[in-house]
Order: sequence, then structure tokens, then C-alpha cells
Amino acid sequence: MSVEFRKELFANERDDNLNEIGKGTQRQDALGHVTGRSPYFDDHLFEGLLQIRCVRSPHHHARIRSVDYSQAEKMPGVVRVIRPEDVPNNFNTLLSLLNFGRDDEPLLSSKKVSYKGEPVLAIVAGSDRQARDAVAAVRVDWEVLPHVLDVEEAMKPNAPVVNDVYPNNTFDYHDKYDHQKLRYGDVETAFAQADKIVEGRYQMSPIEQAPVETNGAIAAPETNDRFVCYTSTQALFFSLGTSAKLLNVSSNRLHFIGGTVGGGFGGKVDSLVEPVAILACMLTGKPCRFVWDREEEMQVGAPRGGERWYLKDGVMNDGRIIARQFTGYFDSGAYTRLSSYAIIKGTAHLPGPYHIPNVKSDVFCVFTNRTPATAMRGFGVTGVDFAIESQMDKIAHEVGMNPVEFRILNAYRDGDMKAHRREAKNCALIECAQVAAEKANWPIRDEFKQASSMVGGGGERAQIPHTVTDEDGKIGERRAGRTGGGQTRTIAPTTPAPAPAAHTPPPPSAPPPAAPPAAAEQPAYAHPAAAPAYQPAATQAPPPVAPAVTPAPPPAPAAPAPASDSGRPSARPVNRPGYSRFASNSGFRRR
Amino acid sequence: MSIHKGRGFATINYPIGMNLGGDPSQALVHSNPDGKFGVALSSIDLGQGMKQVTRQIAAETLGVPVEDVYVDTADSDTGPHCMGSFASRGTHRVGNAVIQAAKEARAVMLEAAAEELEVNAADLETDGKGNIFVRGAPSRSISTGEACGAAQFKHGKTVSGRGIFLIPMSDVDPETGEMTPVSCYAHAALVVDIEVDDETGEVDVKEMNSAYEVGRALNPRMVEQQLVGGAWMGMSHALWETTEPYYPERSHGPTDFNQYLMPGPGDIATHNVAILERPAPDGPYGGKGPGEMCANPVLPAVANAVFNAVGVRIDELPITPEKILRGIKANGGAQPQGQR
Repeated sequence: MSVEFRKELFANERDDNLNEIGKGTQRQDALGHVTGRSPYFDDHLFEGLLQIRCVRSPHHHARIRSVDYSQAEKMPGVVRVIRPEDVPNNFNTLLSLLNFGRDDEPLLSSKKVSYKGEPVLAIVAGSDRQARDAVAAVRVDWEVLPHVLDVEEAMKPNAPVVNDVYPNNTFDYHDKYDHQKLRYGDVETAFAQADKIVEGRYQMSPIEQAPVETNGAIAAPETNDRFVCYTSTQALFFSLGTSAKLLNVSSNRLHFIGGTVGGGFGGKVDSLVEPVAILACMLTGKPCRFVWDREEEMQVGAPRGGERWYLKDGVMNDGRIIARQFTGYFDSGAYTRLSSYAIIKGTAHLPGPYHIPNVKSDVFCVFTNRTPATAMRGFGVTGVDFAIESQMDKIAHEVGMNPVEFRILNAYRDGDMKAHRREAKNCALIECAQVAAEKANWPIRDEFKQASSMVGGGGERAQIPHTVTDEDGKIGERRAGRTGGGQTRTIAPTTPAPAPAAHTPPPPSAPPPAAPPAAAEQPAYAHPAAAPAYQPAATQAPPPVAPAVTPAPPPAPAAPAPASDSGRPSARPVNRPGYSRFASNSGFRRR
Repeated sequence: MSIHKGRGFATINYPIGMNLGGDPSQALVHSNPDGKFGVALSSIDLGQGMKQVTRQIAAETLGVPVEDVYVDTADSDTGPHCMGSFASRGTHRVGNAVIQAAKEARAVMLEAAAEELEVNAADLETDGKGNIFVRGAPSRSISTGEACGAAQFKHGKTVSGRGIFLIPMSDVDPETGEMTPVSCYAHAALVVDIEVDDETGEVDVKEMNSAYEVGRALNPRMVEQQLVGGAWMGMSHALWETTEPYYPERSHGPTDFNQYLMPGPGDIATHNVAILERPAPDGPYGGKGPGEMCANPVLPAVANAVFNAVGVRIDELPITPEKILRGIKANGGAQPQGQR
């Protein structure tokens, strides 16, 4: 086990003579942690603290005919049975705080359940044992419904509807499509020109965040008509805002205290325990504690969701990748939570840290009858990185290249245009590959040792290519059994360029691959996009003052115009009608 | 039956923060009359070191020793709004907010010092040890404590500052996916060496050699903690963990740590890390965020090493002994791909 700093790399971009930055100073909380004295939420105990447990669905999908809690109510220690109708505003989606997506999930369900473990009642009792006994005495009359667990099955016309808010079993993107698109260049033409096509299917199963401390909260009345909530949350104001919305209470009547958390890894953003604990406190006037047990944490608490990716690459014999296509399915489970956003983030990540001149992607947020998925370390990226890098190894094997040299050949460099149409800057992939190989004594040839992220990018590699777009996958068409009905059209590039875009080899240290003649004849020149001066598309919006900002009606430009009049990628209209739920009150700024 | 050595490689980059809603975070900084500072945040310390990294950033910006600063996190009555601790955003977003707040407080402190020393505030510097002095004339100095005391008792000024970091929201083009997703990227490359037992299908991770580019290691010990721990999590994701072993079937779901498989101390691999620093232009002192990306290269590197060892491609995680044995059987035996 060793750690070293490679200070010689990028030394001229760094001031290494600072007073506190760069020093391994002991943490201010280290003493408390190592002596076991740091206070966590569960260290705030109260006299007469009540305990909460939930009645949960044993079925993947079922209608609730009736709920009989008459026996449970009479059991020893039971103080209160909380029903769905006791929740003041029993419908939410997490990202509604940021105006993204529609409310689709109740805190307690009254009509139907869409995953095994979905809560329908919460029971407040004097002890955990009493609460559990009362839960066992509740009788629910379930009408079991057909369920669907596979993402691709869920998208078929005859699959059961998981989530009534999204009857197509897919999240609606931009009020237009059942998926998020990425279109850059023309993959089909490039596939036809490629020497080899390499395809793969990759699957990541759900993974538990596995914090030592499970999700939990303790709520107590304060004397000033407020409620204090000690919580394990990873996002204090997310949980506060979500609780205020569900409980229909002013946000400043809630006093949230968190701060030291026993591990999160993404599993403590969903804000499911805080509103239940506070509601119980409101209804009983007593301090109340709601903490998941380990089984709830693992099987009811949201995991890193399953992801399925299909990749197709067009590769030249010299190892250059000229086209890459993705189809991705995020298994969101029964409700949206955060998967809808992870797909946006994942889409921007494609095609990985490589310069590939033709990229196409369709990614779906799919509803299935399983525990909703949520964030986990690397959310939106870890799964597709597994797919990309497994695929990269296959391609290197196919073309007979050293996998390290193959990465360096295709790596993105400063000044390259990325598939989401922004210039790459501050790159360091090549240097990481070189150093890791050196540490492992994995030999690479001199020209690859001498390659640099700062050399060989930009120029032709900064050009946005002719792009083929389509209108496939409009909301509802797929589930209605209609696909492929969209029109195809081409968005012109910002300047004349060979179509499809050729992969421009990075000079001078990489081996000289036999570039297609069109590209070889193209002289290197400084393209305006190498230093794009992004101007705000509209007047810069003021910073949002509160989480719940009502988006201004988006401007309604005419049909999207090709960006033929400017070298700037953002010069054409970006605020288009039809996706008001995503950040429509914003401009761009130079990045 | 035998043990086969395998070596796998992967490179990744990682976006820092999220673009949804502008991804804002705020910070408040203020001083006691003796020049000891407090930073109030509502950000969460998950164990990653949020308190300490913001403490060092505040001290560096204020120009005072680190022991003159303490950070309080996560009380909604005192800490201003923060989106939360996720998406590798803490160091970058909160760190920038702390810099802005600390700059404002520092300006008040230097104004007070200037008045006391009867010089222009623009001519003052801090030595990071608790002193403010006139540039070029170090003997003309005042302690940060005296300056803060003078501000509050003589000049009626609050030595405090407010900070926010906000990235203007980026629209996403429905047709092309054009967007400005984040502001900077971290990088990594990793080589893993494993052994595969072709009789049991078990994988033994022997060693990892890696390079991680983190912008700036603001606290190298905490970076080490993230990278080493995170890479082990990547190992665990690659070879052990899932809540649904027969996904998409829901059967056999683990309900405790006896059933939910993770590596034990004996399974942990040696990891030799190289840290590279290419400062992010908009990062706090160039810092990016090593928190999430450290696990990502390990998953595919292990899968690629399994292929190198026995010639089996496992494209479904986790890579269990069962999957490896089925692959070996389908190939008619282990097919080592040659030493790398």
C-alpha cells in the first residue's frame, strides 16, 4: 500500500506554496470519531420517545381493497395509527423541489402498491416490539395485480402499468420523448465505413449503499410551535423541503439538525423517514423515532438501480473508434426518485473520456415493480463506465492493441469537442493512463509515453459534425406498438466539414494511422470553436431564491434553426417549447 | 485445475457536481472579537471530511492558521442553504461558497488592520500564522486577533462574510442532448492484478496500481482515505455485492450482512496510488472531488482481468464464481490470454 504525488505533472498550472491547502491536517472531528463520542441523530434520546414501524406490501403489485387496523389499534402500547389520509399532502416527487418531473409517489399508499415493501400504514407505539406486534395484527385485503420486473418487458405494449402518473412505464423527457436523446454526427454512415463493428450488452444489478447507520430520524415538539428533527440525511434542506411539502407546514417551523452521518453513499437523500417521524410527532404531541432496520435498509430502502446498456462501436483496424452508439435502460423501480436526473447526467458523460466523432444514444428511465432506485456513489456514471471500459477491452482485443495504448490513442484532449457540444478542457486521462501503466510495469511504446492531454486536441477535432436527428420515441408511441415513425433530418455543422466526421488522429506523438483521405487533406487550422465565447442565450436569470421556483414560461422560438450562422455551438436557440420542467429559466455561461 | 493470473485496465473521467437547479450552496463566516472564526454550513459530513476540507479552505482564504477556524455543519437554523452531500459536489460547490464568504470577512479584517496601522488595506498581506503586515515592511504588523477586536469594538464592523456558489442552469436539448452538464472533470486509470481459480471460479484480487487526477489534493490524507476506501468499494461492487442476486428476479434478496456479500479484511487488495493534480479553473484552489470516481475504474478493470486470466467475458455484475465457472465450461476450459 503506497501513495505518491506526481507533482512534476501540470506543475506550471499550480501554486504549491499555500499555507493550509495541500497539508494533511488532522480532521477537527477525528478525536470524537475515534473515541466514539461524535453525536449522531440516534444519540438524541427523549423521555417517553415513541417508536414507529410501517405496514408494508408483501406483493410486487396489488390493489388495496381494504385495511383493517381495528385489532392493532387496541394492542398494548399503540398510541396512533397513521393512515394515508393523515398525510396532509400525500403526493410528491423528490425533484419537485427543482421543478423536475411530476409528483408520483405517496408517503403512505391508499389505493395500490407497486413494489414489495411499499408502506401503507405507520404505527406509533411505546416500544419497537409493541409497534412490530401491532403491524403484524393489521389485515390488508390485497387484490394481487400482474407485475413486471424487467426493464425491456416493461416497455412492451401489453406490460402492466406500474405508475399511473407515467402510464407508458417510462419517464417523460421534455414533454416529448420517452427517453433522453444524444445525437452527434452520423453513426450509421460511420458504421458502414468502419473496418469492424463491436457490440456488447452490459448489466449492473442493484447494489445496497450499506451504511453502518441505517436511515432514521427523531422528531420532537419544540416549545415555540416548531418541530425539531434530528436526522441521518445527506441533504438537510432537501429533507426539510420535502417534509414541509408533504406535511403542508411552513419550512421555518421545521428545525432540522444533522451533521454527522454514519455513512451515506447516496442512500440518505430520499427523505422518507423524516416526514413520517415529524407527522407522528404532530399527531401525538410526543417525540417520535423512525429508524429502518437492516432488512428495510437492504430491501425497502432504495438501492443503486439496475442498469442495462447496449453498446455498438465502429472501429478502424488501426484502433481509432469512429462511431459509438448506446441504448440504456435505468431501472427506476416503482417511482421516479432521482433516476430521471441520473440519465441526464449519464447522457452528458457519453461516449466516455474519448474523442469519437459520431455518437448516438437513447436512454430510458423505466418503471418496474421493484423498490425505487436512488442515488449511489457514481450515480448515472458507474454503470455506464463499466459498460464502456469492458467494451474498450473487447475492442482492443479485436484490433490486437495494447489496452493502455488503445486508451491513449482514443483519449480526449484539451480543445476537443465533446458529444454534448462543449469543448474539453483541463483533461488528464492520458497522463493517468501513463502513470498507472508505469506503476504496474506495463510497458507501452515511446510515442504513447510521450503523448499529452495538452497536445493534439482541438483543430478539426473541435468541429461539430453534420448531425442526423430523428423524432423516434415520442411519448406513448412505443407502448401503443408504434415505433420508428419519426422523421430523420440533418443539422448542418457550424462550418463545412467532411460528412460523416472522420476521427482526426492526434498529432504528433500518437502513431500515424491511415486517416481517410478527406480528413488527411483537411489542413489543420484554428477553428473558432477552439475558444468559444459562450454568451448567455438570454438575459441571465437571477439565482433561485427558494428551492421551489416556478419556471418562467419558456420563450417560444420558431422551429429549431441549424447553427449555420456561427461557429458557436450554443448560438442556435436552446430554449425550446416542450420541456418546461427542466431548467427553463436559465441561460448559459462560459465554462 | 489451476490458478490463472490476470491483469485488467480501465480509464475513466468523472463529472463534478450536478447541473440541476444550478446546484447552489451557501456559507457564512464570522469572527469572535479575538479573531477566532466560525464557519456555518448546512452541508453534511458523511465521514468524507466535509468539515475539515472547508476548514482548511476558510483558513487559507482568511489568511489565518487552521486552528483559528472551526466549521459547524447541518443545523437548518444557523447554516444557510446547501443542496446536500452527493454528486461529488461538496468540496467544489461548498468550497467555493466558503471562499467567497471568507474573502468578504477577510476584507473587513484587513480594513480594520489598515485603519489601525494607518496604511492602505491594499498594501496588507497575511502570513497565515495570525499576523497582518505591510507588504515590504514586515515590522509594521498587527495580529489578526487585534484587527478583529478593533473592527468589532472600535470601528463597529462585523468581521463576517456570506458566500454562495451557483452554476447557472443548463438546458438540455431534447433532440441532440446538447447541454453544459458540469464545470470540471476528475480522471483516473487503474491496473488490477488478480488470480482466478478455474476449479472454484473464485477471484482473488492481488494488487491495484492506479493514478487519480483530482484537481488539487486540498488535504492529501483525506484524498488518500477516499481513493483507497473507494477503490475497495469498487472491488466489492465488481465481485460481491447486489441486493438482487438473480436480477431481474427478486428472489434470494439479502436482508442482513450475513447474506449481503462484501469483502472481508482478508479479501482486501494492496493498492498503490499516484495522485495527479491538474487544478480545475473554477475549483476551490483547483480542487475537484475524488469522492465518487475512485470506485468506477475498478469494476471494468476486474472484469477485463478475468478475461485476461481465463478467457471469459462477464458482462453482468457482480462477477460471481458461478458466472465464471459457467463461462469456463461454455468455453470448454480456461483460456488464458497471455501475460501482460
